[in-house]
Amino acid sequence: MNLPLPWPFDREYMQLALVIGLIVGACAPLVGTFLVDKHLSLMGDGIGHLAFAGVAGGLLLSVSPIWTALVVAVLGALAVEWLRARGNTSGDLALSLFFYGGIAGGAVLASRAATDGITVNVVPYLFGSILTVTASDVWMVLAIGALIVVSVALAHRAWFTIGIDQESAAVMGLPVRTLNALLAVLTAVTIVAATRIVGVLLVAALMVLPVASARLVARSQVQTLLLSAAVGVVSVILGLSAARIWGLAPGGTIVLVSAAIFGVVAVVRGSTGGAPIGHH
Amino acid sequence: MLTARNLSFSYDGPTVVRDVGFTLAPGEFVALVGPNGSGKSTLLRMLLGLLEPATGSVELFGDPPRDLTVPGRLGYVPQRGRLAPELPTTVREVVAGGRMSRRAWWRRPTAADRDAVDHALGAVALTDLASRLVTELSGGQQQRALIAKALVADPELLILDEPVAGVDAESQRLFRDSLVHLVREHHTTVLLVSHELGAVASDLDRVIVLKQRVLFDGAPADLAARGVSLGIHAEDLPLWLEELQ
Repeated sequence: MNLPLPWPFDREYMQLALVIGLIVGACAPLVGTFLVDKHLSLMGDGIGHLAFAGVAGGLLLSVSPIWTALVVAVLGALAVEWLRARGNTSGDLALSLFFYGGIAGGAVLASRAATDGITVNVVPYLFGSILTVTASDVWMVLAIGALIVVSVALAHRAWFTIGIDQESAAVMGLPVRTLNALLAVLTAVTIVAATRIVGVLLVAALMVLPVASARLVARSQVQTLLLSAAVGVVSVILGLSAARIWGLAPGGTIVLVSAAIFGVVAVVRGSTGGAPIGHH
Repeated sequence: MLTARNLSFSYDGPTVVRDVGFTLAPGEFVALVGPNGSGKSTLLRMLLGLLEPATGSVELFGDPPRDLTVPGRLGYVPQRGRLAPELPTTVREVVAGGRMSRRAWWRRPTAADRDAVDHALGAVALTDLASRLVTELSGGQQQRALIAKALVADPELLILDEPVAGVDAESQRLFRDSLVHLVREHHTTVLLVSHELGAVASDLDRVIVLKQRVLFDGAPADLAARGVSLGIHAEDLPLWLEELQ
């Protein structure tokens, strides 16, 4: 695949990165909107660290690190949700457990792989690298993107209703635990999909920062959802362009662009007299 | 419609609710009152199926609360403090959420759903504010939005938790009119858990006074006449009951 796109997307590796980036840029905030709604902004971070353990496990076992990351992230996400639902462990404590356990497990497994003589380079997985993107990655991310869009299209009303008041939603007969588990699984697959571009350590930022910008200006739940996806896409296009132009790390650049957009929106909104959402 | 039998519960300590039993018949308008710490919230959570009783049982429409076969028959209005969404949320979106109990969660709203939302907004006089963010509303308006969210599914039984605490007089009047309309025109059963109900005191069929156990269950006028002889102390009576004396 080498499409006649203008510079900086004239090379094939940039086009592959762009396709994955656009899907991830739109889908990560779509899922992140509901995490923010449920006060679980750090969920992506916790699962991202766990995915790192999956990556290291894959390197050690000499199987595709993306698939092992997917398995570990999905199981970890379900475990976090189970701990939260039981109510014995608060959401942030449950996340901390996996956050530190994941990164520690990843470090141990990666060092073990290195001891066994396996060439280990975890940096592209930690922070993303557009040079490592392959055509098969694109197909996998396309499939994950379709799964996320369909799931959000079907479940967004139910998730918003749970976000307003989970107990009322349960009394109404909504399958709250199932829907929470579905969101946890989608969080995990989004993280794995974004690993190639922004890396497991930065993916959570792409789930949350665009939502933070959108909620400053949106006038409804649905507007927040669509605006956050738009901010995510713009962040990816600008971030990848800047990464190519100045030879920067793409993941970090995309996240910094997203943070800069938030800063600009906050300043503009503040100068026009708007009050932040959620402050009463 | 609702039957509570011998309900007891304790949170790793003293018993909060002790051997509580009562029934609600279709079309009844009942208030559950009691001072802070009397076990009202715990009892409410057991009635809604959110808390498993240590002893006793609850039946809603003949089934345990968690086994409700027809969602939407039960409406619940939580305390207003919960209406603080993390994301921008319009009044219409809050109310439309209540309609989800009437359809599968993955289905799009139908024209009937949208009509029901419009009707519920009108019933609580929030039509003009439907597109506003709920965080921009006054406390009373927020409470009316939550009531509309419960009404929109056209429930047979409506349970309200401290619905008028800290609410302005105009919203209390609108709230009273909405409830009386529901009970008289739609024959909805209403259970009101509250401290201050001056606006609806004269419309109630029954009052249940709770202080760990049921101290009184009967007509408001009887409570006013016999309260002292039943051993109910003045500090156990919510302020609004004084209006009945």
